[in-house]
Amino acid sequence: MEKVGVYDELDNLKATELRLGLPGTEETVSCGKSNKRALPNNTEKEIESTGKTETASPPKAQIVGWPPVRSYRKNNIQTKKNESEGQGNYVKVSMDGAPYLRKIDLTMYKQYPELMKSLENMFKFSVGEYFEREGYKGSDFVPTYEDKDGDWMLVGDVPWEMFVSSCKRLRIMKGSEVKGLGCGV
Amino acid sequence: MNYFPDEVIEHVFDFVTSHKDRNAISLVCKSWYKIERYSRQKVFIGNCYAINPERLLRRFPCLKSLTLKGKPHFADFNLVPHEWGGFVLPWIEALARSRVGLEELRLKRMVVTDESLELLSRSFVNFKSLVLVSCEGFTTDGLASIAANCRHLRDLDLQENEIDDHRGQWLSCFPDTCTTLVTLNFACLEGETNLVALERLVARSPNLKSLKLNRAVPLDALARLMVCAPQIVDLGVGSYENDPDSESYMKLKAAIKKCTSLRSLSGFLEAAPHCLSAFHPICHNLTSLNLSYAAEIHGSHLIKLIQHCKKLQRLWILDSIGDKGLEVVASTCKDLQELRVFPSDLLGGGNTAVTEEGLVAISAGCPKLHSILYFCQQMTNAALVTVAKNCPNFIRFRLCILEPNKPDHVTSQPLDEGFGAIVKACKSLRRLSLSGLLTDQVFLYIGMYANQLEMLSIAFAGDTDKGMLYVLNGCKKMKKLEIRDSPFGDTALLADVSKYETMRSLWMSSCEVTLSGCKRLAQKAPWLNVEIINENDNNRMEENGHEGRQKVDKLYLYRTVVGTRMDAPPFVWIL
Repeated sequence: MEKVGVYDELDNLKATELRLGLPGTEETVSCGKSNKRALPNNTEKEIESTGKTETASPPKAQIVGWPPVRSYRKNNIQTKKNESEGQGNYVKVSMDGAPYLRKIDLTMYKQYPELMKSLENMFKFSVGEYFEREGYKGSDFVPTYEDKDGDWMLVGDVPWEMFVSSCKRLRIMKGSEVKGLGCGV
Repeated sequence: MNYFPDEVIEHVFDFVTSHKDRNAISLVCKSWYKIERYSRQKVFIGNCYAINPERLLRRFPCLKSLTLKGKPHFADFNLVPHEWGGFVLPWIEALARSRVGLEELRLKRMVVTDESLELLSRSFVNFKSLVLVSCEGFTTDGLASIAANCRHLRDLDLQENEIDDHRGQWLSCFPDTCTTLVTLNFACLEGETNLVALERLVARSPNLKSLKLNRAVPLDALARLMVCAPQIVDLGVGSYENDPDSESYMKLKAAIKKCTSLRSLSGFLEAAPHCLSAFHPICHNLTSLNLSYAAEIHGSHLIKLIQHCKKLQRLWILDSIGDKGLEVVASTCKDLQELRVFPSDLLGGGNTAVTEEGLVAISAGCPKLHSILYFCQQMTNAALVTVAKNCPNFIRFRLCILEPNKPDHVTSQPLDEGFGAIVKACKSLRRLSLSGLLTDQVFLYIGMYANQLEMLSIAFAGDTDKGMLYVLNGCKKMKKLEIRDSPFGDTALLADVSKYETMRSLWMSSCEVTLSGCKRLAQKAPWLNVEIINENDNNRMEENGHEGRQKVDKLYLYRTVVGTRMDAPPFVWIL
């Protein structure tokens, strides 16, 4: 650790120092201070064993300011990763006549039927049957959604993945308004 | 020349624009000094604490354009506490008081407040150009003042700043009479954007050449903007989420085809990669492409895009491009001059990163390459030797091997020989960043060969003080030296104090320098500000006694003609 002879007296001081540790144990050297091999050995093992992890806590020993990437850039890449790792896509669901709205996570469902069942359970209604040309038949209720362009669309027309990525909120319409969407009477 | 009247000499000086050259001219003789100072319009100040605004204005009363840099470079990596300094307000106040005709202000790593922006906007009638890079401390309210009050605003360029977005209506603060915009870059704003105000602004700005949008501008708005501004040269796409079947996308494709002046493309902060093909028709004109924030663009879509960009001179990309992708770049982009490859995975997964093979491929395929920033998993001496042979024209060479102290992964040797080859071959090298396992030997090479080197960044390198001494003694043109986590101490620091007068600054953190060493330096060199940044509350650093031997956590010293600064926070000790 110390390079210059002047510090010999410090070594003697150390020998007579009162510490709480067991005799013969050395102080641990903090990362990156006087060791030129800056990292503790276990870091390399961690790199090999973790591979691609998606845990919130980083597997590597974190050195401040390393790698040398601007914080602005670091923050932007991190948010991207969180979003793409699918931390849930929650959208509001309203039903005409219901006193308050609900929220559901679209990533919890794999296809339309699952989503419909869940909505039916949540609001205690029945949605009828979906037909490509006529929309939903057999019920007063019609599930609609607002897409990224701000337009109100009928749930079920587009492929599921496209729906999940473009749906901003859901609205279960009821009654007279329903006719406008071309549902069979 | 002395027999010509002043006006003639001044006219000749008008053709000399570079700061270095103008500084040189001013040293020739008294009369040239006088003529030069009255005709100088642009001033660059690399360290805002090296001089103060009063002295600046006394020397250059006709100042029109000022560039100021504040915090040291390592502040980018969170090594400098936020309150350290670099405040622009005193500068703006002084400039306002002096009534100088300021037209341009460029700031880097400075603290800017809404109050300063407001004062700036009201004080200079002809103010035209504001460029803020890596600054912080202001909100969109400050931008609103600039928009509202600067009648002849030409450039508002915000690059990677930390801005508090109040989701206000700053864009609608541009008056209807404002039609002079040439540059509008607000990509770093996080909040919602008033799209109507934006579209109207772009529509009434016929000179608009550079437009960089933030994430809140959706595809249909982008399509409309491009229809309004087909003359655009530099475009930053914000959000690129789209549906290939939508009408917006069709409109966008048609609009892009008309943008025949487009030369620079960036952004894609959110992107649907399969729709990149909309840009293919203009790719053959592109000279600059920055996809370093486009985490969702990789693989075949990225490759296809690059294959269309045969005229590319500048490419900023993520390492998800892989070595194979870099090979495509090498075979396509024969005019490439600058390449930056950033790490996409900062938590150390390291699966799709690039290696020495990508770097070698680029060096072989792109003979005009002069600037590189390369983050990679591994490197070898052999690769660096090859790169040096292929590209002896490097001006900037920055290599960052993600794991500190990593040796040549084939031979397990330090990378001294590889970097040595680079400095030996690249006689014009001005900037160098080192990484990997390095001994004092690499510094011997740098001191011997890097004659033009101005900036050197060292991390986790070297064995003894000799390393730092080789650099200080050898690199005659050194301006900025920044060192972290390397075993250099007082002996190197104090060996040649007069050297620091020829440099802009020295940064040393987590090295072996002690408090008493720093004090001795401060005593020997009163024209230096020697700052110790000590963030620990438990105050290990005591002024007297044994603790003089305590190692200093962060040392930042710089030459100055105005002495100790008055705005340092309590944790910064100026010796």
